[in-house]
Amino acid sequence: MGELPADPAAGGPRPVRTWVYGLLVAFVAGSLFPFCWAVLVGDQAAVSAVPLAPGGHFLANARRVFDTVPFWRALGNSALVAGTVTVSTVLFASLAGFAFARVRFPGRDRLFAFVVATMAVPTQLGVIPLYLAMAELGWAGGPQAVIVPNLVTALGVFWMRQYTVAAVPAELVDAARVDGCSLPRVYWHVCLPAVRPALASLGMFTFMASWNDFLWPLVVLDADHPTVQLALERLQSGHYVDYPLVLAGATLATVPVLVVFAVLGRRSVDGVALG
Amino acid sequence: MAAAGRRRREDHQVRFTPYLFIAPFFLLFVVTGLFPLLYTGYVSLFSWGLVDDAPSFVGLANYAELLGDERLGSAAVNTLSIFLLATGPQLVAAVVLAALLDAAPRGATGWRVAVLAPTAMSAVAVGVVFANLFGPRYGLVNEVLGALGLGAVDWQANRFGSHLVVAAMVNWRWTGYNALVVLAAMRAIPPSVHEAAIVDGAGRLRRFWHVTLPMLRPTLLFVVVTSTIGGLQVFTEPKLLDPQPGSANGGASGQFQTVALYLYQSAFETQRLGYASAVAWVLLVAVGALAWANYRLTRRLAGPDR
Repeated sequence: MGELPADPAAGGPRPVRTWVYGLLVAFVAGSLFPFCWAVLVGDQAAVSAVPLAPGGHFLANARRVFDTVPFWRALGNSALVAGTVTVSTVLFASLAGFAFARVRFPGRDRLFAFVVATMAVPTQLGVIPLYLAMAELGWAGGPQAVIVPNLVTALGVFWMRQYTVAAVPAELVDAARVDGCSLPRVYWHVCLPAVRPALASLGMFTFMASWNDFLWPLVVLDADHPTVQLALERLQSGHYVDYPLVLAGATLATVPVLVVFAVLGRRSVDGVALG
Repeated sequence: MAAAGRRRREDHQVRFTPYLFIAPFFLLFVVTGLFPLLYTGYVSLFSWGLVDDAPSFVGLANYAELLGDERLGSAAVNTLSIFLLATGPQLVAAVVLAALLDAAPRGATGWRVAVLAPTAMSAVAVGVVFANLFGPRYGLVNEVLGALGLGAVDWQANRFGSHLVVAAMVNWRWTGYNALVVLAAMRAIPPSVHEAAIVDGAGRLRRFWHVTLPMLRPTLLFVVVTSTIGGLQVFTEPKLLDPQPGSANGGASGQFQTVALYLYQSAFETQRLGYASAVAWVLLVAVGALAWANYRLTRRLAGPDR
């Protein structure tokens, strides 16, 4: 890592610091290795041994992914589902977060305690009745069955409430109210501009979670409406697994999220710190 | 008169607007979260097929059946084994990684983005990549073991081996995220606490053990409880480890079938919704009980309240 500047605040002699960086590099290498491995295997013509060098077949394999499963449709479906879920979660969570943080109303603290408690409820275990309900409504099979149950989350409400408490001064809200500003206007003109960083990180995590979701889409979507994850799983299922094909698919499925992640990465890091 | 009327209308609005703001979450949670969960208990009292118009009431027969279900017992053992292999090492690694990130001021954001990157990969993608890495043929892990002069392991066929692979997938994906959660809590410890310990002559390690760790207690508790709730419902990773088409078997002899996989198989492959609902209820109770036990245990281990 080269010469490290002495940092009296962090303290410690230099050998300890080099050791710290060495371990960090090892952790980061471990974090990034599976990504590199997916690209490396996805670049081979066929696997007959552990690949050690690029094979130059990534584009050919990618083309085969689109030929083997309806990958374009899967991308479109995932974009529709994750996009809708993200926009609505950010909107509803910021509205509720604002109300819980900066509006006084009877029952507020109890209702918020309820929100916090529901974060621990494993709602995933309710898939069977939820599936029956979707079938009854005639929604099973299509993207609305994945979108509707995910329109807003308790974690999102909690997140936005915490950030709003920190970022929107109560005096500012009170002053706007005294000036005759209605609550929706205070939300839009005072609260939203101040909580923009939290909106970005909540949006990013929501998009990631929705894009990567598997169990519920597997249960409720039909073969004609796959998401990217379902298409990827279909690529892999077989008695003989064509790994260059499957890992090229895994790479293609991950790239859209990585792009969002790279763009909003810094904010998302701050977001974890908040949560 | 007019002004008073407007006043009253505004009061009326103000009284209801905050409830309107929070209504979407509560409506959605009750309709798509709470109600299905409770209704699962109702369904579990019936013999209910997937395309059944006339489910028949069987009382507690489904629960009586699951008590003697060896497959479910095996799935429960697998789930616990994977859970322990994932949660313990992950917690230690996350705390170590957080301490490293805390000690390294250079390029802070870069390090943190890099350790968070695995969360961006889907469990499905992680599943296929790790199934390849731990593959019986041409798998990198076995090649490395071979190069070290150790024998190859059939990771999928070996029960404990398959649990290690599933735990590795979970750990790889979540350690960085949890490290950042712990790091945030570390940074929130007031510097004066450390300074006081330095004045008392405490070294780095002693300060970490006696000052940092106790102060991290609420955060560690949070991490343990969330990984318990997630860990007992592990589904995607073991599903992807077994590439047999359309199967939730969790290996040829169910050696890595988790309870969540068994639940899915009972409901949507064997099409016994009533029985699967009974399994879901038992799992729900287990998640609640374990999360509670975790909460108590971590509190006790971390010392008395101050």
